[in-house]
Amino acid sequence: MKILVSAKRVSDPNAKLAISGDGKWVEGDVEYVMNYFCENAIECALALAEEHGDVETVALGIGDSDETGRFVRQGALARGIDRGIVVSADEGTIDSDLIARVYQKIVEKESPDLVLIGKQSVDGDSNQVGQLLAEYLDWPQATFASKVELKGDQVEVTREVDGGLEVVSLSLPCVITADLRLNEPRFASLAGIMKAKKKPLDEYELDDLDLGDAAPKVRIAKMTTPSGRKSGVLVKDVDDLVAKLRGEARVI
Amino acid sequence: MSKILIIADHDNGSAKKITLNTIDFAKQLIAKRGGSFDIAVIGSGVAGVAAALTGHGAGAVHLAEHADLAHPLAQGFAKVVADLAKAVGADVVAMSASSLGKDALPRVAVRLQAGMASDVIGIGDAGGSVAYRRPMWAGNLVGDVVIDTPVHVVTVRSSAFDAIAASGGASPVQSFAADPGSSRAKFVRFDGTQSSRPDLGEATVVVAGGRGLKDRFGAITEPLADLLNGAIGASRAAVDDGFAPNDYQIGQTGKVVAPQLYFAIAISGAVQHLAGMKNSKVIVAINKNADEPIFKVADYGLVADAFTAVPELVSKIKALRS
Ligand SMILES: Cc1cc2nc3c(=O)[nH]c(=O)nc-3n(C[C@H](O)[C@H](O)[C@H](O)COP(=O)(O)OP(=O)(O)OC[C@H]3O[C@@H](n4cnc5c(N)ncnc54)[C@H](O)[C@@H]3O)c2cc1C
Ligand SMILES: Nc1ncnc2c1ncn2[C@@H]1O[C@H](COP(=O)(O)O)[C@@H](O)[C@H]1O
Repeated sequence: MKILVSAKRVSDPNAKLAISGDGKWVEGDVEYVMNYFCENAIECALALAEEHGDVETVALGIGDSDETGRFVRQGALARGIDRGIVVSADEGTIDSDLIARVYQKIVEKESPDLVLIGKQSVDGDSNQVGQLLAEYLDWPQATFASKVELKGDQVEVTREVDGGLEVVSLSLPCVITADLRLNEPRFASLAGIMKAKKKPLDEYELDDLDLGDAAPKVRIAKMTTPSGRKSGVLVKDVDDLVAKLRGEARVI
Repeated sequence: MSKILIIADHDNGSAKKITLNTIDFAKQLIAKRGGSFDIAVIGSGVAGVAAALTGHGAGAVHLAEHADLAHPLAQGFAKVVADLAKAVGADVVAMSASSLGKDALPRVAVRLQAGMASDVIGIGDAGGSVAYRRPMWAGNLVGDVVIDTPVHVVTVRSSAFDAIAASGGASPVQSFAADPGSSRAKFVRFDGTQSSRPDLGEATVVVAGGRGLKDRFGAITEPLADLLNGAIGASRAAVDDGFAPNDYQIGQTGKVVAPQLYFAIAISGAVQHLAGMKNSKVIVAINKNADEPIFKVADYGLVADAFTAVPELVSKIKALRS
């Protein structure tokens, strides 16, 4: 069995972000981290491989080739993923749709049985790639997974949805997107980091992939910083709070 | 001129209020671009939902029913939406960013060769084109996004739009022969969270608890929520630790709410939590540590132990009311 898993680098959401001069992306000089949801997808792939044996795991990162390559090695291969693929692309202008079409081309080359992707990118917060890919492939999908169980050629997935938890059963091949409660991502071990240096990493340019039209469908015209909320007051005690909620705010 | 197709959110019996917020989005878009909107009700045994939505000024309410849509899964649902969008000639397809909206609308976009904007909070302008305004980086930044394809697909953040009251029109209900096709995905079961309180997305008061409440999460939040007819919410940490069910989570990866009154009790105020509640009208923070970031967004902050302060708050509000 083969699993394709996502490895995207994102600018650290906890860092102070500055909008770039053209107003269309964040400033280059920011810290990057592995997208949190990709860490959950990677952990899920590793756990399935450990549980079932005879599973090959491949990580895909799309972005600035050198930096993305480094993240695929450190974040995916060092944790135990078998090999990596990097497709270079401009991170500021590529949209979820084009990313999904890149995934589709890699799926056609690699023929994985399962594609495990993060539920969303914590930079763009789009929450689209897994669903778009599943439709491009005409495969079934299970998004927002908090539990994944492989049962022969079926996979049973528990999904976090409005109002509770939904359980669905899919036959392979399929796309699953990982939510944060799926697992607790492991850290890379020292041995893992050493081994990762020798693991294969294939690199492609967008032009190598026969995408036909490689234009994004969506572009950012402008980014802004929302006006912050002004801080309020500290109240002395519960009596003071009740008085203010009733008198000033008129909400109780 | 736009022809907007709104996909209704419903619980098989009645339309969810978030559908009315999506109607507000459509009306705002029409105010900018001109045009009209239709509503689609997709499911099984949902004629009543369609009938209830005929008074909002839609050109038509399309009723698309099929037994396989009783528990809709993304693949079949998206096919029906896309088939209907083509049949009515829609150039904008909109649904709230509910879990079904997030799950299915990207697939609709592929079927319509459309670009998609997720979680739209407003409509702007970029050199004469409509720009969809949406939060990014957990709401730390806002992007104005332009879709360059003839058809646009959007999910709408309900809390950023008003719930439009019925205007008294009488839209015709039109049946559409829904064909969800076949799929290798099967619905197995739904484990719903039982609650008699108002829905998180609809409540005017939300009482949210954090990790600090530990196994007394319910004992502290419930009496206050019951007193104020509020919904209960939680931080991710409270859900992760098993004190609250998953669908209580508020934040970047949970629900986004903007009630009249929001209580953040024993919640530190991480950016990912603020992403889901910072547009609430009045925010009250109760936390024993005065340095927590939640106090930076709170209108009223009380530095106190929640285990004593919240029960005291409940009894004082009761006393005031009697
Ligand atoms: C990708 C990503 C997505 C995320 N999405 C979300 C999300 O959607 N929603 C979300 O909430 N978080 C989210 N998080 C997690 C977020 O970063 C925080 O970890 C989380 O919000 C912390 O929850 P908390 O405030 O309950 O817990 P803590 O940070 O542990 O804070 C507990 C608080 O309780 C207070 N306290 C303890 N005891 C008492 C007492 N007796 N009385 C009064 N106060 C007390 C403490 O002073 C402290 O402020 C996300 C994180 C990541 C990485
Ligand atoms: N540049 C990328 N490289 C690899 N995977 C990506 C990339 N962008 C998005 N993904 C995957 O797609 C998921 C959803 O992305 P998004 O639609 O951008 O929110 C992310 O969680 C990643 O797992």
